[in-house]
Formats: sequence, structure tokens, C-alpha cells
Amino acid sequence: MDFTFDSEQNDLREAVRGLLERSYGDGEQRRKVAASDPGFDEETWARMAEMGLLGLPFAEEHGGMGAGPIEVAVVAEEIGRVLAPEPFVEAVVLAGGLVAAVGTDEQKSEVLAGIAEGTTLAAFAHAEPGTRWSPSASAVTATPSPNDRDGDGWRLTGTKEPVPNGARADVLVVSAVVDGGTALFLVRGDAEGLTRTGYRTSDGGRAAHVRFDGTPAEVLGADAGDRTADVERAQALARIAYAAEAIGVMDTALRTTAEYLKTRRQFGVTLSRFQALTFRAADMYVSLELARSTALWASMVADAGGDVVAAADRARLQTSRAGRHIGKEAIQLHGGIGVTAEYTVGHHTSRLTAIDHLLGDGDWAADRLARTVTRYETVDPLGAPYTG
Amino acid sequence: MRLQLSPELSAFREEMRTFFTTEVPQDIRDTVAARRHLSRDDYVRSQRILNAAGLAVPHWPVEWGGRDWTPLQRHIWREEMQLACVPEPLAFNTSMIGPVLAAFGSQEQKERFLPATANIDIWWCQGFSEPDAGSDLASLRTTAVRDGDDWVVNGQKTWTTLGQYADWIFCLVRTDPLAEKKQRGISMLVFPMDSPGVTLRPIELIDGSREVNEVFFEDVRVPSEFLVGEENRGWDYAKFLLGNERVGIARIGFTKRLLAQAKGYAQEVTVAGRPLAEDPRMAARIAEVENELVALELTALRVVAHSADGRPHPASSVLKLRGSELQQAATELVVDIAGPLSVTSFADGGSEVPEWARVATPEYLNYRKVSIYGGSNEVQRTIIAGTILGL
Ligand SMILES: Cc1cc2nc3c(=O)[nH]c(=O)nc-3n(C[C@H](O)[C@H](O)[C@H](O)COP(=O)(O)OP(=O)(O)OC[C@H]3O[C@@H](n4cnc5c(N)ncnc54)[C@H](O)[C@@H]3O)c2cc1C
Repeated sequence: MDFTFDSEQNDLREAVRGLLERSYGDGEQRRKVAASDPGFDEETWARMAEMGLLGLPFAEEHGGMGAGPIEVAVVAEEIGRVLAPEPFVEAVVLAGGLVAAVGTDEQKSEVLAGIAEGTTLAAFAHAEPGTRWSPSASAVTATPSPNDRDGDGWRLTGTKEPVPNGARADVLVVSAVVDGGTALFLVRGDAEGLTRTGYRTSDGGRAAHVRFDGTPAEVLGADAGDRTADVERAQALARIAYAAEAIGVMDTALRTTAEYLKTRRQFGVTLSRFQALTFRAADMYVSLELARSTALWASMVADAGGDVVAAADRARLQTSRAGRHIGKEAIQLHGGIGVTAEYTVGHHTSRLTAIDHLLGDGDWAADRLARTVTRYETVDPLGAPYTG
Repeated sequence: MRLQLSPELSAFREEMRTFFTTEVPQDIRDTVAARRHLSRDDYVRSQRILNAAGLAVPHWPVEWGGRDWTPLQRHIWREEMQLACVPEPLAFNTSMIGPVLAAFGSQEQKERFLPATANIDIWWCQGFSEPDAGSDLASLRTTAVRDGDDWVVNGQKTWTTLGQYADWIFCLVRTDPLAEKKQRGISMLVFPMDSPGVTLRPIELIDGSREVNEVFFEDVRVPSEFLVGEENRGWDYAKFLLGNERVGIARIGFTKRLLAQAKGYAQEVTVAGRPLAEDPRMAARIAEVENELVALELTALRVVAHSADGRPHPASSVLKLRGSELQQAATELVVDIAGPLSVTSFADGGSEVPEWARVATPEYLNYRKVSIYGGSNEVQRTIIAGTILGL
């Protein structure tokens, strides 16, 4: 058991930090980027591709770096630290992860290489109005259309929303109902019968309403069998990466808050003289460190080939609770400036809120854990089912 | 980064588990499991078995029975002990005065006290707190005045845990009332509890237990050889001691076991014909406490794995704070599972209420103490805010 990063992982962290700090050294740059489409900086995205970050978890034969969940967590944490709006978790870990998990060799070579090079932005079109964080699809259906040009095509009908980066995406990974199960499809951004209406999200990112009207689609993987378990697993890995991103966000929010308490003066003294405030900062630290341990552990579980779904639920519950605590307190301890767009902490809270709700919030994770809680006596985080 | 324990550490864990579950008498472990009070004899029997196997004081210097284990091994040792319902070696002996004497005591003191302390031939109690010196311990007023070869002690200590069982007391006393800083005028003395002039008065706690005492000193004569270390350096030794006291105070193994028991109780209690454990709110509450405990255990593992170079990991301050809160959360959970049965604490023959439900409320009330002693949780927040966040 070892909770330390090796020197390569530390080098990776340094390199990513250097790159992102050049782009987002102060909150102003991020605000500018968020103000116009696509909501992230294409140049930074290209530099991330050059560094190999966009192919980090993919196999080398498919243009990736062959790295594991720990390296992914390192990158995600650095993204969170400066609130970089680049959709690393959404496009690489989740959408790319699904292609890597179920795609045919041909699909992997094509799509993953494009993602890794930064030429293909992938998005997972899965959420549907009227559902909450389910691994299966219900509002989009797929029907075979053997008369299409290549003879083995499908047509999709229905609506997905919100689809992160759905308007800008070059390729959509779409979940759709086939024979009562959930199959996965690839849809090109320029496909006919595809209507995408993009908008700004609460945290300054982008999402879209995506309509499929008999839209041509290619099955992802060998057949249109049920992929619910693959979706569940890919979402779990994305939740684990989000946990790391949230740690980065919380870490900065806490450090910014502590710094503010040391410098802001009221009643003739710095705010750090008021124990009512310093104790709350101490509690934020407690929340952060407990969440950090769980997030690190979850990425280690993924690395060890353990039960990522269970580990992700644990990380999600802990980071959700911590994110709300730290996010809200960071604003409150700043006073009025905390709720301004010009200052940074409010954006941290906003991002934490978005992360919390994209793939299932704390109550949702607690509910899932509650269903099995009496089936075992104790949890051994270093034992089965977490160590694979 | 690696999740699995090394094969050596897995074997170590297995060895600890086997020892604790087979070598420590079942009646003692049953008493702990039922959360009944242990007798003095139970503590002594159990610790002597551990000591004979080299498992009572592994964290002491090797020369005095220590094992030169890594912090992670010590963590495993402690957790397995708690999971197996083995009473921990008496903290006053093994975590407090033992390490202080090993570090600062004279050679004669070490030889006289350390083996007896490890084997609990001497039962120690801690005389630090006073009625007017709690969190602000350095304002203590019990005095020791030099008279020939003796120190003469006058004053009062309070909250002295299990003082009624103790053979000796280690005591902080004021030896220089004029010192510029109050911390500089304090010394540490050790003396027998049956010294003339020592009187003990039990304090009853809210659960009806009598585990703490007031101790009064009236012209107690203590030979000068029982001064620990140097005169007026007692505060340094006390800080050293309190640092050790906080190690392992998270008691994760204890809470884990209690939570496992709570799950069983929640299956046993039925509501409208169905186990309470199936109630979604109850199940979610158990799941939340359990998840917090996983996070704490992982934090403890991070801390022990990183403190190998001697410096404590900054996150270690989290352990006492959240560890005590989770012990309390688990005891509260058991009271809530017991529901109306939780008021039956003093029922005996003739009651059908299971024992676990009877002890639930006393334990919950008693465990309010864990966020007060060992540096209250407010003191822990002060440490985090000051030393970690720089506030
Ligand atoms: C069951 C039990 C067993 C004990 N056993 C022993 C023992 O064996 N030997 C021994 O020497 N002592 C023992 N203690 C004493 C224990 O160490 C003290 O209770 C503890 O130091 C707190 O002191 P106090 O009770 O006087 O509370 P106070 O110090 O008066 O504190 C009252 C409240 O104010 C808070 N507070 C105090 N100072 C500050 C501050 N600066 N900022 C913010 N909040 C503050 C405290 O956290 C607490 O909430 C025991 C206590 C208990 C309850």
C-alpha cells in the first residue's frame, strides 16, 4: 500500500500545471474563454493534445499514451485547481472511454486517434429529459436501416439533453434503446437529421439540446447488444476522475479563502482574528482531506482492477458532501465579493455544483450504497472487492 | 500508488488477527463486544498476555520492549486489536508515561518503571487537569515545593480516569510560580497513589459510571528521585506525551466494529413486520456513517504511510477530530436503532430488552467525552487553523 505519486506522475503534474497556469493563471482569462463558444480554449486544447493528455488513458496502438486512472486523476486535479474549462473528463475520460471500452478495433483506431490528436471532440449524449443519472437510455430509440448506403446502418430518433459540449462535438457517442436494452452508437457532427442547440451552462461550460430525426448512426462495437454495464463502468471511471477534479477545485477554494482571511481587515483586525471564521476554515480542511483520501483511493481501485462502480459511489458521496460544504463556506467567508463574477471563489462553487449534478449527486450515491449496506459486515478498503 | 498491502504486511495483519482472536480470553473479548465495563483484572490479564507476546508496547524503544515497527504496522496492530474486541493496553501506561520515561527519565527510573509499566504491574493514572486548568492546562495551580530531599505537593487534580485502580500517578505541578511564562514553571512528578496526603473522590458520570475522580493532595511528600527529567521542563514532556496520546485516538477499528454490530441490531428490530435495516432512511444513514469511516481510515493510512520520516503528516490533525465525531455518530446510531428500547438502561431480571439496547444510551452519553478529552475538538480546530492554514 502506497499513497505517494511516483516521479513520472509528479513530472506529469508539473507539466500539466505549467501548461494550464500559462492559460489560466488568473481568473480573468477563464472568464474571457467562457464568454464565447465553444466555452474552452482551442489553443490550450491543442497544447494538451501535443502533451499527450487527450490520449492519456487510451492504448498506444490507438494513438494513446497507455496511462492509467492515476495519471488521469493527476490531470483532472490540475484542471480543477485552475478551473480550466477544457472538457478533459467529459470528452476524453467519458466519451473516449466508452469508445475504448466497446469500440471495434477500427473504431478505436479512428475515433481514439482523433481524440488524442485533438482533431475530434467527442461527447457522450446520454442524459435525457425526465431521467436522472441512469446508465440506460429510454428517450432515444434506434432502428436498423439496412437500406442505407453501407447496408448495416441504424437510424436514431429522440432527444438528449443536456449533452456536455454537444454543439461543438465532432462525434457523439449516443445511447439508445434497442430491444429494451441500451446500445451505443456513433453519430457524426455533420449527420443529417441532427439538430443541436448549444447554450452556456451554469458553470461557464457548454451543453446542448440534441435532437435526432431518423439520424444515421453507426453501432459502437460489434453489435447493438445491451451496453448498460459498459455505460455504468465508464460513468464510474468518469466519476472517479471528477472526484479528482473536484479535489483540485476545493483545494484552491480553501487556499483562496484562508489567504483572504489573512488579508481582509474589518473592525481594525484581519478576519483571521475571528475564531468563528477560522474554525469554519478548519472544518473545510477536514472535509477536503477526507474527500482527497477517498478520491485518491478510488483511482487506486480503478488502477488495481477492483470494483470501480462501488469505489466511484464512495468517492462521489464523499466529494459531493465536501464540495457543497467547501463551496458554500468559501463564498460565505469572503462576504459580498464571494458572489461576484469578477472574483474567483464563486466560480469554484459553481463548478463544484455542476460536477456534483452531472453524474449523480451525494444523495444518489448514498442511496446506491444503502441498498447493499447490510449485505456485508465491514468495509476493508484494501481488500475485496476493491483490490480486484 | 498501490492499493494492496505487500505480502509481508498481509501476513503481518493475519498474524495479528490470529493472535488477538485466539490468544486473548474469550470472556474478555465478549465483555468488550457486549460493551460492558471491564474490571481491573480484565485489563491486567489482557495486557499481560499481550506483553508476554511483545504486543503491549511495540512503539517503545526496542531496548524496553519495542518492536521497531513502521507506523503502518502499528496502525494495523491497533486496528486489528480493536476489531477483535481486545482491550487496548492501558493508554496511561503505554502511550503516555512509558514513552516519556523512555525519552526523558533517568536510567534508574527506566529500569524501575518501564518493565513494570509495560506489564501493568504498576497501573498509572494521569494527573494533569485541574478544576481551573482544562484546555488551558498551563494555568495549573497544584504546587510542589522543595523541602530537603523531597517535594511537597499541595493542590487538586480532576477527571483522573480510573484513578481508583491506579498504583501511581504522573502529575504536572507548578515548581516555579514566578516564571515569566507559565509554561516554564511546570515540572512532572510521579508518586504512589497511597502516599500519605492523597485522597480520591469518585465523580459519577451521566451514564451512571464512575470512571473519573477528583484527587486531592495535602502535603504529599515525594522524594526528589521521582522528578521526571529536569525541573521546570514538565511542559515539554507534557506536550510530547499529548502528541503520543493523539496517535491512535481515531479508533477506527472500534467504530467499524460498532457499525457492523449496528447493522445486526437494525436487522433484529422490526417495524411493521419488516427489519428496520430495510427502511431507506435508516439504511442511508448507516451508509453515510460507513462512508465517512472509510474516508477516515484511508486518511489514517495516508498519514501513517507518510509519517515514516518522523514528521507527522499535516492531515493527522483530522484523525482526532473526525475520529471522535464518528465514534459518537456510531453510538448515536445504535440509540436510534434501539428507539423506545433505548430508555431501559437500568432494567435487569424481568425485562425482555436485549442487552445491546440497554447499554446503547449510557454508551452514547458516555462517548460525549471523546470530543472533550485528548485535546478537545475545538483545540484540534485551533491547531488546524493555526499550523496548517496559517490563520
Ligand atoms: C471522561 C473524561 C476523562 C478524562 N480523563 C482525564 C485524565 O485521566 N487525566 C487528566 O488529566 N484529564 C482528563 N480529562 C480532562 C480533559 O483533558 C479536559 O476535560 C479537557 O482538557 C477540557 O478541559 P475542560 O473540561 O476544563 O473544558 P474547558 O477547557 O473549560 O472547555 C470548555 C469548552 O470550551 C472550549 N474551549 C476551551 N478553550 C477554547 C479556546 N481557546 N478556543 C475555543 N474553544 C475553547 C472547549 O473545547 C470546550 O468545548 C478527562 C476528561 C473527561 C471528560
